[in-house]
Amino acid sequence: MANALPSQAEGRALTDGSRFRMLDTIAGALLRHLPATLAILGCILLWQLVVWGFSVPTFMAPGPVDVIKAFGENAGVLWTNFWPTLMEAVLGFIFGNVIAVLLAVWFVYSPLAERAFYPIAVIIKSIPIIALAPILVLLVGNGIAPKIIIAGLICFFPTLVNMVQGLKSASPAMLDLMRILSASNSEIFWKVRLPGSLPFLFAALKIAATSSVMGAIVAEWIGSSYGLGALIIEATYNFRSPLLYATVVIAASLAVVLFFAVSYAESKIVRWKPTTDH
Amino acid sequence: MLETLNRASQAQAGNSAVSVKNLHIRFGADDSGFTALSDVSVEIPAGSLVTMLGPSGCGKSTLLRTVADLVHITDGSVSVHGQTPRKAREGRDFAFVFQEATLLPWRNVIDNVRLPLLVGKREAGATYADPEELLALVGLKGREKAMPHELSGGQRQRVAIARALVTRPRILLMDEPFGALDEITRDKLNEELLRLWQETGTTILFVTHSIPEAVFLGQHVLMLAAHPGRVKEFMKVDLPYPRSLAMRDTVEFIQVTAHLRKLLGEC
Repeated sequence: MANALPSQAEGRALTDGSRFRMLDTIAGALLRHLPATLAILGCILLWQLVVWGFSVPTFMAPGPVDVIKAFGENAGVLWTNFWPTLMEAVLGFIFGNVIAVLLAVWFVYSPLAERAFYPIAVIIKSIPIIALAPILVLLVGNGIAPKIIIAGLICFFPTLVNMVQGLKSASPAMLDLMRILSASNSEIFWKVRLPGSLPFLFAALKIAATSSVMGAIVAEWIGSSYGLGALIIEATYNFRSPLLYATVVIAASLAVVLFFAVSYAESKIVRWKPTTDH
Repeated sequence: MLETLNRASQAQAGNSAVSVKNLHIRFGADDSGFTALSDVSVEIPAGSLVTMLGPSGCGKSTLLRTVADLVHITDGSVSVHGQTPRKAREGRDFAFVFQEATLLPWRNVIDNVRLPLLVGKREAGATYADPEELLALVGLKGREKAMPHELSGGQRQRVAIARALVTRPRILLMDEPFGALDEITRDKLNEELLRLWQETGTTILFVTHSIPEAVFLGQHVLMLAAHPGRVKEFMKVDLPYPRSLAMRDTVEFIQVTAHLRKLLGEC
């Protein structure tokens, strides 16, 4: 009975057409993000004022206006260098996470494998990624491969750790229940362990989404002739600061877009909340 | 003479849902391990409602879990309708209700109730209960599509009971199923469990910490003593069914609880 009122109200909103509801959502979202939007605009304004007020030379720190102009002047260069970085980041994201998830599944079913290979994963993780880049260039050449590997490596470790934890998060009572139902190992995996690990997996994927872009850019610093990373190096050496800033903005936007893509997928796939029984 | 005795004991065995003989359960290695149950023998009559009571560490949960084939038998025997616990598990002879509802949070209520029909070996020709009817039976009609996090603790436990009944088990094993609930919810579920028991004729083995709960529900109370776990007393509760909550204020009820409380003090 308590549910009757809200559901009726919802029904009426639906019959009035979804247009109003959409407007409502947009207005609501704007209102909710208003403080953040104002703060960001304030920072940009302050930046421009400082650059003007202290007459900072453009090569040292360009103002927002210079950066916006750089976007227009260098649209072609930015565009052609954006695609390779996007490809590397996305492919690295996919490979790194797929390998991490498969390894986590293996670790959960084979404690021996976990004891043998977990330390190796930690050792690989502890090598600074920037030191690994030249080694990989020597190993696999200067193509797209070392960039994908580095973007993948950077995603790999958080996903491995979270996925192992997620697959082990099934409660002992839940596993007892499955045993009483005479469930097979694969039934336990598909019906209990894997769905239960999804919140853990997505927490890692959100980290991986932003760090894969970082991995790709760092890899492009080592003797690459294309990509946002290469553009950053080139713009720095030639004192083309507005272009440098524009590249950084593009790189950051790419990371943000990937992050929200993963968040969106999460909101579509994980539509439940864990229940606490006590 | 011998033949009649045999027949009598067979009839006895056929009449008991669970038969435990000289059961010993030890956990861990020989010297560092500990004895959870020592020489436990008890017959649970088919169709009865037996509550198990005892201090912490008396092994009442272990006994229940042994019947459910979750604990390895060290010595002695457990037979469930004449079969080993393993065979009984594979034949879906019993179902288990835990203290936690153990619902899968990503499945809605009706899909959680259906879970036993989707996993494990399903015997051909076995008849299962209708999940929707069961939800109605536990008072959750209309909540089929609700997600577990939208339910209260008591409602989640009702779903767990419906899920347990979906395979039409002959025995229902319940390990402190209402232990985490508030008293009002608990009272209500106790009354409904009695109604369910009388409607379905299922044998129920019910572990609890609460003396009033044990007496209110139980046809028999199995009292275990601790260190090591052993049978202290297996007593019949001489209170008529149907029982109502008001019965708990009668002299007869209080006499039984007082007796059990005294026994518990000796354990």
